[in-house]
Amino acid sequence: MVIYGVTLLAICLLVGTFLGEVLGVIVGVDANVGGVGIAMLMLVLLVDYLKKNGKLTVKSQEGVAFWSAMYIPIVIAMAAKQNVVAAIDGGPVAILAGVAVVGVSWAMVPLLSKIGKDKTEDFEQEMIGGEANVRDAK
Amino acid sequence: MFEMLSNVFVENGLIVSFAVIGVTMYISYLISAKLTKGKFHGSAVAIIIGLFLAYIGGVSTGGEKGLSDIGIFAGIGIMGGGMLRDFAIVATAFGADFNEMKKAGLPGIISLFFGVIVSFVVGVSIAFAFGYTDAVSLTTIGAGAATYIVGPVTGSALGASSAVITLSIAAGLVKSILTMIGTPFIAKYIGLNNPRSAIVYGGLMGTTSGVAGGLAATDPKLVPYGAMTATFYTGLGCLLAPSVLFLITRAVFG
Repeated sequence: MVIYGVTLLAICLLVGTFLGEVLGVIVGVDANVGGVGIAMLMLVLLVDYLKKNGKLTVKSQEGVAFWSAMYIPIVIAMAAKQNVVAAIDGGPVAILAGVAVVGVSWAMVPLLSKIGKDKTEDFEQEMIGGEANVRDAK
Repeated sequence: MFEMLSNVFVENGLIVSFAVIGVTMYISYLISAKLTKGKFHGSAVAIIIGLFLAYIGGVSTGGEKGLSDIGIFAGIGIMGGGMLRDFAIVATAFGADFNEMKKAGLPGIISLFFGVIVSFVVGVSIAFAFGYTDAVSLTTIGAGAATYIVGPVTGSALGASSAVITLSIAAGLVKSILTMIGTPFIAKYIGLNNPRSAIVYGGLMGTTSGVAGGLAATDPKLVPYGAMTATFYTGLGCLLAPSVLFLITRAVFG
């Protein structure tokens, strides 16, 4: 049933948000620490597990897929409720700080993704070589 | 007659938002296809129209919640609010590849720390250039440059003035809005086209709404990876800014 997928999603979000709050209290911060991220990890692992065991029917998957498809409309609604006036009224300090931060962060994306990429690519190449050797031995 | 119509709209707020957003998207995709020949993604157009509507709403009501401050559009506030946003973000993980997430775990964590620290340093430098010299104000504005939540959380923890806290929120909002609009333009220049760079992107930018909107307009497949790290950013910022980063700022500026 479609609702099973929606329920799965709801439980993941609730558990994740709760754990995020707990994590916040543990590290002594007045904020949710990664609640949504934890919920996403939970969903990925649960869907994987349920699919492998044939417990997640196509109908149930539709319940999750619907909300995934509603993501962009929801983001547009989110844009329409931003406090754009305050951002513009913040004056030169706020605008310059925001623009500079975004610019510097953009510049760092290729640097940091490179670090990760090189490592994993080397790793993958080794893996492929390793597998080939095994096959040759056989 | 008008009152009756307006009552129907007010009583069915969330339904109105579905209709309004749907029509907005239809127009946006039309603009994208006809005027830009598909070069400029439809959802990017829609987000810009959304921000423009938010500006109109803010100017006409003087409120803080954009278009949703106008009575008949209050449902936009529910649809675009934190609850449904988080629900839909988690749902995007449905198609995500766990192995990709695991592989990018280390660069993701590194980018989170880099993201918070770099944003903070840039924010503090700009504030200093504009004549702020006390450690509390500098830290608060630097924290606001991380996200518009880290700013006020840090500011109230350190006892910053309300003017400085407002400034820190504004800096965070500018960052968030610019990330939403700019991501699809900058994506190809910074190699933002795979899960790994999306995870790094989420960690560096950190603004959940900015990353979520920006990646949606770039390539919806990247959303779960970017959103994943971005949701840890605000927490990390609230942890570092009022503590370690404040102590360092105070040591440097006295």
